Amino acid sequence: MTLPAVVLLLVFNYVPLFGLATAFQEYDPLAGVWQSPWAGFYQFERLLNDSLFWGALRNTLWLSFVQLILFFPVPIALALLLNSVLSERIRNFIQSVVYLPHFFSWVLAITIFQQMLGGAGALNQFLRSNDIGTWDIMTNPDTFALLVTSQVIWKEAGWGIIVFLAALAAINTDLYEAAAADGAGRLRRLWHITLPGLRSVIVLMLVLRLGNALTVGFEQFLIQRNAVGHDTAEVLDTFSFYYGIATGDYSYGAAAGLFKSVISLLLIWGANKLAHAFGEDGLYRK
Amino acid sequence: MTLAIERTGADAVAKPVAAQAVRRKRKNERPTWEEPPTVVGQAAKGITLSGVLLVMLVPLWIIVVTSLSTQAAVNRAGGLVIWPTDITFESYRVMLTDSTVRTALLVSLGITAVGTVVSMAVSVMCAYGLSRSRSLGHRFILMLLIITMFVNGGLIPTFLVVTGLGGYDQWWALILPSAVSVFNILILRAFYSSTSLDLIEAARIDGAGDWRILWSIVLPTSRAVTAVMALFYGVGYWNSFFNVMLYMPTDSEKWPLQYVLLTYVNRGNGMPGSVNNGFGDQFSQTAPLALQMAVVVLTLVPLLLVYPFVQKHFRTGVLTGAIKG
Repeated sequence: MTLPAVVLLLVFNYVPLFGLATAFQEYDPLAGVWQSPWAGFYQFERLLNDSLFWGALRNTLWLSFVQLILFFPVPIALALLLNSVLSERIRNFIQSVVYLPHFFSWVLAITIFQQMLGGAGALNQFLRSNDIGTWDIMTNPDTFALLVTSQVIWKEAGWGIIVFLAALAAINTDLYEAAAADGAGRLRRLWHITLPGLRSVIVLMLVLRLGNALTVGFEQFLIQRNAVGHDTAEVLDTFSFYYGIATGDYSYGAAAGLFKSVISLLLIWGANKLAHAFGEDGLYRK
Repeated sequence: MTLAIERTGADAVAKPVAAQAVRRKRKNERPTWEEPPTVVGQAAKGITLSGVLLVMLVPLWIIVVTSLSTQAAVNRAGGLVIWPTDITFESYRVMLTDSTVRTALLVSLGITAVGTVVSMAVSVMCAYGLSRSRSLGHRFILMLLIITMFVNGGLIPTFLVVTGLGGYDQWWALILPSAVSVFNILILRAFYSSTSLDLIEAARIDGAGDWRILWSIVLPTSRAVTAVMALFYGVGYWNSFFNVMLYMPTDSEKWPLQYVLLTYVNRGNGMPGSVNNGFGDQFSQTAPLALQMAVVVLTLVPLLLVYPFVQKHFRTGVLTGAIKG
């Protein structure tokens, strides 16, 4: 019964692994993988001498960092806040609203942002009608990192609370009662009971985030790259697409992709080691 | 090595869903030991949560209202309309007479329907096969699946394989390469493993085969997780546009709705292929705002129709493992 799934994975996940050989070739679409001439590490040398590639790497790391600082704490805070609401009906209503944007496509989410904050959007419409001047956030390279992070927060922070809510529900309420009886106030209960209860989930999410530090979202940048220019919006994944497929330089794009995959694997491994060092399970157990 | 997701799967087995539901249903009262709330604290909480809700809901409200407005109302508002004045369904009528939008709607619905059925069939079978740990090579197949979560060929090798198989400009290129989500299979498997073994044993003694057990016992006892997985797959297909960009960029007859939304609303281009249908003039330049917003609403409608029925299952602990892995 597992056969159809295994066949699909073999064809579309395992065969492409052999296709990574193109990264060490001068791939010629007419000749195919078998006949194309080998080029050794030539493509990687090109990458290391390409300022566009370094730009994409720098943008990726910077955006990852901004998201780690600004996005990561939001679902935790929102989950704590929501968990403190007593009425179950209100809790459920808020949950069903904040989960919703997770199911929007990036095209839709960015269209909504454009309609609200773009040059002709609701915000500027309001500013213009009050003679305050205009403020085009959608095309400004200087604030791009903040823009994409707020898009990620809008779209994914709500969905991100699920796992923290589950962890909060698993904390034994007797602990709170005992602590309160011993005179611990709200903040001390938060610090000594709630946060330790969330610790392993937080570490797991951090490991995942660090392991994916080179992946900041592909479609989101593909759609907005032209509006703000590739100097700020080019990330490793879009680089691989534009210089690999769009320009037909397949080997070059494959080399960029392979570079990213290898570093990502190392990052996952390293983040997990770190989690083990803190006595947590992380993504997998030793 | 044990993956986090397998651990949570084991948790799901240990704690039956019913027990979790009981614990979640706590009383809507403040426990006696907790100190009474401060006015400032309550106000801050209320304001923050209302703010969160407004940020989510106001944009959707504005878009729906604008799509229902007349051109005069749009002109009066100087763009997006916030308070509905003259309500009209004219934009929707115009939109649905446009051949590009109509085709795109059919394409999107078709891909989503076929894709979801294919994905669910493949995943349910695989998950059931893996949940019966006596099956042949079960540990090896599980490893084979999990490895793909960490290691993949990446964009370009996958593109070369799909086009090498003749997938360029073919419908299957939009479905098969992304048909299997290992993640969803692992969640399904965790649930199937917890399906009552006694029931399955009894059915087996009565002579039921694997197919019969899957269809008559396992699936009916795991409706919630099946619905959630179908939503995940369905949303994935409905939202996809990049694979269209890769495999069939030229032929607007094959564009799904998301791609039309991108070209026509996000980039403000005129609609290709609409010149022949009598609305040529209307679509040859950037379309009226109300019409653009109608397209946005159209991409939302199927999701909003399904979401309320599936959303209630998110809470039953179904997704605890889902997000963790």
